[in-house]
Amino acid sequence: MSTATVDPTTRKVPPYGGLNATILRIEIKRMLRNRRTIIFTLVLPAGLFFAFGGVKGWNDDVGHGNAAAYILVSMALYGAALTAAAAGAMVAMERAMGWSRQLRLTPLSPVVYIGIKAMVALVMGAIAVLVVNVAGLVQGKPDMPAGRWLACAVLAILCTLVFAALGVFVGYLVPGENAMQVLGPGLALMSFLGDVFIPIDDHSSLIWHVAQWTPMFGVAEVTRAPLTGELPWYAVVNAVGWLAVFVLGAAWRMSKDTARV
Amino acid sequence: MTQTQLVETGARPAAVPAVSLSGVTKSFGDVKAVRGIDLELQQGEVVAFLGPNGAGKTTTIDMVLGLSRPTTGDVRVLGLEPRQAIARGLVSAVMQTGGLIKDLSVRETVEYTASLFADTKPVDEVLANAGITGIADRKVAKCSGGEQQRLRFAMALLPDPALLLLDEPTTGMDVEGRRTFWSAIRRDAQQGRTVLFATHYLEEADQYADRIVLISNGRIVADGSGSEIRALAAGRSVRATLANADTDRIAAIGGVDAIEVRGETVLVHTKDSDAVARYLLTETDARDLEITSKGLEDAFLSLTHEGDHR
Repeated sequence: MSTATVDPTTRKVPPYGGLNATILRIEIKRMLRNRRTIIFTLVLPAGLFFAFGGVKGWNDDVGHGNAAAYILVSMALYGAALTAAAAGAMVAMERAMGWSRQLRLTPLSPVVYIGIKAMVALVMGAIAVLVVNVAGLVQGKPDMPAGRWLACAVLAILCTLVFAALGVFVGYLVPGENAMQVLGPGLALMSFLGDVFIPIDDHSSLIWHVAQWTPMFGVAEVTRAPLTGELPWYAVVNAVGWLAVFVLGAAWRMSKDTARV
Repeated sequence: MTQTQLVETGARPAAVPAVSLSGVTKSFGDVKAVRGIDLELQQGEVVAFLGPNGAGKTTTIDMVLGLSRPTTGDVRVLGLEPRQAIARGLVSAVMQTGGLIKDLSVRETVEYTASLFADTKPVDEVLANAGITGIADRKVAKCSGGEQQRLRFAMALLPDPALLLLDEPTTGMDVEGRRTFWSAIRRDAQQGRTVLFATHYLEEADQYADRIVLISNGRIVADGSGSEIRALAAGRSVRATLANADTDRIAAIGGVDAIEVRGETVLVHTKDSDAVARYLLTETDARDLEITSKGLEDAFLSLTHEGDHR
């Protein structure tokens, strides 16, 4: 046969396991043009802030700021959590569509793939936090020192990783596009229980004792710590604990699933 | 990954086989999907991987692609571990369904894939070659089945792979489409690209492959050129009812390939059915004599059926 041959040693492996700016650009563009994502994750939390941020007693003192600031930070966290969960849930959807299998035929490492999804979740979370904060500035009622305001925003963005992991986990448990149907109401319920929407003042009540164990409680306390000036140890344990649960859950489902990539 | 690259120096590396499987088995629990395959494909070969559904084709291809690991045995692609070959863009595969994101545009899908390789052809060139420049901005969800298939090919050819695996590549194509497709594949094979395509159509394998590897029940049951496989199918079968058949005597008749005795039934595969029939009817008590000719499909069936009993 008079065919040419290929020398495999002339071929290169891409750096960073295939990580590059083009993927990030396409992934974020893709999230931003999904109308449902935009409504539920960007418009809804800002709307909720406008609805609740001006209720009676908005100017009561809370820690280093006022009640409106407290609600602002809570809503920013809620929006970021929803956004990140939506980004996480896409992992399972892409598996179902065979895209993950397609990617396995490229140099992209599976770890980098999850890393990219986490970065997309962070960027989307940051956009959600930004939108709610701009809503707060426009409305003008929230009041707290700028440094603490900024610290709350950064913490809210970091805490979204907990919910990105939750999104991946739920995406595997609930197939296809239904994942968001579970995550949306689920996160709303967690937010009610987790002291995000309505502050639970009576710390001896049954609901408060339940609330302490729910996934939103810990991250909400952590995110608001710069404002409230207090950070109970059990809130930190809660946040770290649930992060571990969701990451391990997602990793467990994913490892189960690799058998049929 | 401490595997060293076993690329022989000294002699030209032309000797590196595109694919090399040695003693490969794969079990899923108690199910033995692949029962022991040894296979070597040279660079530039166009090989059909032929077998019925469930024969182990997909399992074997998954191992070549590094999507799963063999239970025992060794798989090498261009002398490398399959994952290493993939990381270098040496291997591509085109599946029949799935593998696309519906809410990305055609161009975005190609750009996304291209960005993952160290070296790729320019996106615009690949789009043009695949004939999908005109639909580059269309969402994948809005593309027809044929357009999606062309997109899959565009993605597969981005890294200029040395080995291309195709799963039932021409399903749904018309005659003209098939011809164009295969002439393109042939042209690339001339440049050294190895093509391994899975099919369960014997005719397609015979027409377009240099070599046919017939797999059944997790084993290779035949391996050769189309005409060699056809030779296996040549001749006829003579079946008769006969107690205590003298198999040595029958084997001595010119043209006899194989003899099977099942109870009182004798089945003789032969190129000279007349001689066998004459012997059986004139020199033995054989009755119910039947002569059948085997088509390609029969050869395929009998070869793959034999595999079931091993």
